[in-house]
Amino acid sequence: MTTAQDASGPTGFRLSQLIYDTRYRSITIQIVVLFLVMAGVGWLVDNVIRNLNDLGKDFNYSFLWQRSGYDIGNALIPYNNDMTHGRAMLVGLINTLWVSFLGCITATFLGVIIGVLRLSKNWLVGRLMTIYVEVFRNIPVLLWILVAIALLTEAAPSPNQYRVNAQTGEAGASMVLESVAFTNRYTAIPSIHFDRTLGSLDTALAPISLDFLAIVIVLLGSYFVNKMLVNRANRVQEATGVRPPTLWKSLAIWLIPVVVLLFALGVNPEEPQLKGFNFTGGTNVSNAFVALWAGLSLYTAAFIAEIVRAGILAVSKGQTEAAFALGLRPSRTMRLVILPQALRVIIPPLISQFLNLTKNSSLAIAVGYLDLRGTLGGITLNQTGRELEAITLMMLIYLVISLLISGGMNIFNNRVKLKER
Amino acid sequence: MKKSVFFGALTVASLAAGVAGAATLDDVKARGELICGVNTGLVGFAAPDANGNWSGFDVAICKAVAAAVLGDPSKVKYVPTSGQTRFTALGSGEVDLLARNTTWTFSRDTDLKLQFTATNYYDGQGFMVRKDSGVTSAKELDGASVCIQTGTTTELNLADYFKANNMSYQPITVDSNAEGEQQFLAGACDAYTTDASGLAATRAAFANPSDYVILPEIISKEPLAPAVRQGDDQWTDIVRWTIYGLIAAEEYGITSANIDELAKGTDNPEINRMLGTEGNLGAMVGLDKDWLVNAIKAGGNYGEIFAATIGEQTPIGLARGLNAQWTQGGLMYAPPFR
Amino acid sequence: MSDTEAHSVAYVRDTMMPQQPAPAGETGAIRWLRENLFSGWLNTVLTLLGIFAIYLFVSHFYGWFLHGVWEANSIKECRQIIAERWGPDASGACWAVIRERWHQFIFGFYPPELYWRPILAFALLFVAIGPLMFQFVPKKVAWFTPIYPFLAVWLLWGGSVWGPVLVLTGFVLGGVVFMAVARFGSIMAFSVGAIVTILYFLFAVGPLISLFHAMIPVGLESVASSKFGGFLLAITLGVGGIAMSLPAGVVLALGRQSDMLLIKTFSVIFIEFIRGVPLITLLFVASLLLNYFLPPGTNFDIILRVMILVTMFAAAYIAEVIRGGLAALPRGQYEAADALGLDYWKAQRLIILPQALKISIPGIVSTFIGMFKDTTLVVFVGLFDPLKGIPDFIRADFNWKGIYWEPFVFVGAIFFILNFAMSRYSMHLENRLQREHR
Repeated sequence: MTTAQDASGPTGFRLSQLIYDTRYRSITIQIVVLFLVMAGVGWLVDNVIRNLNDLGKDFNYSFLWQRSGYDIGNALIPYNNDMTHGRAMLVGLINTLWVSFLGCITATFLGVIIGVLRLSKNWLVGRLMTIYVEVFRNIPVLLWILVAIALLTEAAPSPNQYRVNAQTGEAGASMVLESVAFTNRYTAIPSIHFDRTLGSLDTALAPISLDFLAIVIVLLGSYFVNKMLVNRANRVQEATGVRPPTLWKSLAIWLIPVVVLLFALGVNPEEPQLKGFNFTGGTNVSNAFVALWAGLSLYTAAFIAEIVRAGILAVSKGQTEAAFALGLRPSRTMRLVILPQALRVIIPPLISQFLNLTKNSSLAIAVGYLDLRGTLGGITLNQTGRELEAITLMMLIYLVISLLISGGMNIFNNRVKLKER
Repeated sequence: MKKSVFFGALTVASLAAGVAGAATLDDVKARGELICGVNTGLVGFAAPDANGNWSGFDVAICKAVAAAVLGDPSKVKYVPTSGQTRFTALGSGEVDLLARNTTWTFSRDTDLKLQFTATNYYDGQGFMVRKDSGVTSAKELDGASVCIQTGTTTELNLADYFKANNMSYQPITVDSNAEGEQQFLAGACDAYTTDASGLAATRAAFANPSDYVILPEIISKEPLAPAVRQGDDQWTDIVRWTIYGLIAAEEYGITSANIDELAKGTDNPEINRMLGTEGNLGAMVGLDKDWLVNAIKAGGNYGEIFAATIGEQTPIGLARGLNAQWTQGGLMYAPPFR
Repeated sequence: MSDTEAHSVAYVRDTMMPQQPAPAGETGAIRWLRENLFSGWLNTVLTLLGIFAIYLFVSHFYGWFLHGVWEANSIKECRQIIAERWGPDASGACWAVIRERWHQFIFGFYPPELYWRPILAFALLFVAIGPLMFQFVPKKVAWFTPIYPFLAVWLLWGGSVWGPVLVLTGFVLGGVVFMAVARFGSIMAFSVGAIVTILYFLFAVGPLISLFHAMIPVGLESVASSKFGGFLLAITLGVGGIAMSLPAGVVLALGRQSDMLLIKTFSVIFIEFIRGVPLITLLFVASLLLNYFLPPGTNFDIILRVMILVTMFAAAYIAEVIRGGLAALPRGQYEAADALGLDYWKAQRLIILPQALKISIPGIVSTFIGMFKDTTLVVFVGLFDPLKGIPDFIRADFNWKGIYWEPFVFVGAIFFILNFAMSRYSMHLENRLQREHR
């Protein structure tokens, strides 16, 4: 397209310039697009209003403050069926975040191990890991979740089998270390009990245990004291070339205060007991949760393994050789030379895997784990019949979660990014 | 109501299902096919066989309506709906009739803008447990894990029941009856709860049905009724009176075997009115004279349908109980055809 | 070396030592084992762990696979046969369910006498994508590619032949108008072409189809979408979603790269919104909400609704893939296009996009693999996907109640084979492209 600046001159402005003059053309196009988009959105909104009218429905979120009336099997915050739909939604949201968070950690952990092992010189292990990666990433994650739940329900004994048979004096199954029981509905694990508890702080969201708060504060204190110690050691090393031994002091700083505190609180594990139909006393981790967690972790680990492998391969061999030439041991070469450079390549795709895992956690529907989709987008939607409100709110929440994760990880990425000078 | 011709173009590309209008009857007639929302698979009520042919108690209602409206019980398209999607499917016009063991409740009738036609099965929520668990009453289920299908009224009933009896339980949510069965069989829950009819159907399908018992407590009223959209009275009438027609047919002894005989005229004016030999009731709902003849021929009267799909002779083995005719001590009572 | 040195030392070997065989530990299998499996304590431990894992796996599943039964009519019969043949405690796979119901896993409820249609459509798919993907396919075949979607729709759903033909005509018409007006500038031509096409679809296509069909009724027996299921459904959704999302993806990618703030913003909002929510919520939009957003009274088939949302979903991902392709193109290509005096659309059409799309093909293939796997989620809106929908349906049959692992293995294996083949092929493509670009 030729620029028509000369022709237009200072004298006049012709309408055709809007299309043919590059100075105005982009504005014209943008205005046209804006109008089209607005018209499209207007059309959609108009349809929604008319449809709602036809159905005699309205659009409001007051149902969130109504009594929910249903129970949730695995709530992390206090919840019962007298609470509101809004509270149920919150329980679901926390479940979503919890399984995603744990899933991201285990998937990364597994993924890094598998990715590194896949590069190992060990022929057998390398092949096995290749098989793992190919099998897991080429089959839908839904299948892995279904397989996990089927394994858990079919293979594990029912709580009943832990009961000691009166005649034979034997039980069909026994607890691991007397404290963990795998059953076909949940895994019963001991919970932590404080004899001299500090009580808990009641907030609207959930009661915060002051015991745990105290432990966290003490650990934070230890962290800062330890950091001071390390900093001083660094200064001494820089000044004199000799690093004062810090290991024992660090250990002491980390351990002693916590141990003292735990002792003062009288901590002891509360072990699960079989009472009636089920185990009580400890914490029951539902199989739905474990299956979802395992399925998501195993599936995503295969992708992360590939990312890690590609990241390590992306660091040129010269770097390893140079590090060896400097006399660094292989472990240090990996830690100080290879990984920092590989991270640069690894982090961006890793972020998108974390996002995928979080989004895939909505497959909780397949195992009956009540996450955000199960509560707000499932039972609440059904009982109230407010699909428009429930689904838009649910999408919005997922969107915010995604944006927060990618935002947070981008900040992290900027920090580890190679600073080019 | 062809709102958009562009979508019309897609229709012609044989992708779109059609355009739902206010008059469902006209749509069904124009389409030549009744679209019926059914369960995704509950043996006895609605389940497809190996070739994808549907059969069951709910399916029989669809067939009867199709026979009444179109004269051919096979002109039905079955759309499997889940507990989640069923009301939207009906509301949006995706299905003409929802025959999917749906409980008639106040809020569904009013707030969800459904129109329940006539109760075709009186049900109630029950519990099934393993025999060797030694449980004989639902009151003994304190602390039990209970498998429950999501998206149903049973969820709320269960919460209410345990609360009223001051008991605790662990809900194990499942998405479909198939999943509930798997979990229950594997022992992942101590009790499985759903409508008593569903329990019987599920139990019948187990390898060893005698190892499981259905507890005597019925904790809720579940009148199951086919539903249609609100605001189309003619269509509501057609479905409602087709169902009543089937019920009345049993009362008056009209069966698929003797209907051809009776349709020639009898001494009983009520039967004559129903079968179109006297007056023209069909015209009042916009149908042919022999609409009920077709409907009854499709699968027999209410009793025949019951016996063929879920009755005591079938693997499901449900007794008539509340669903017997009023003359037999049940609740099935059709208003007069007059 | 000087001679003096040789004389000054007492003994110098003047013949070569005969070659010794390598030590036993340094040759053949032993050396290979030592280097590859037991080169250190860590490796040894890993090897042993690996062998143990294989042992566990094989010992658990060998018997099950070996005792598989193919000839039975119900799971009870299967168990009987296994108990008779291998003893009462033996476990075995009941493959009979696959033998009896394989067609439902593959085709859903598609009428068996019409199976040739999806098979033909699937075979022709390779002809259609051949010119892009396989080097041995002559480029002349490319004329078939734009026709294929219409042909496939017709083959799968059947109905009057005039539907797809006249819809295709609409696009051809748009193209012809575009060519005719092209000399007035790209934007003008594009707008006019688009308007003519839209008008044609709005007002002409419906009556024309009725007219032609009345005159020459040629068609195939039509098959309702509700008959689709199994892998037929998964592949239809996957291929359809990707194919329809390509144009939208290109537009979105260009929009995101655009200098125009507003267009860029809209593109970014759309892409990030779609990528930020799980596919399952979009499927729920398809099944529960889409009717709210359309004029009252319009009603679609659930498969078409799912297809629309899947297309939007795929478009956002494809846009990102193509953006990668655009970014990977050397700056010089853009500058060269400018230097030739091409306007934006001509530059994109003639220089940038052909190259960018070519680089993006491996990415598009991986997006397709992802989509194909994700199509299994349609089970949650009541469609019969091969992974959960069809097996659940089969389990509703008295004969096959309680059969879980066999369908998992069968469907998982098919998914694996298809996806593995595709991912390998996309790797091969990537290598080829890298070679070509060197």
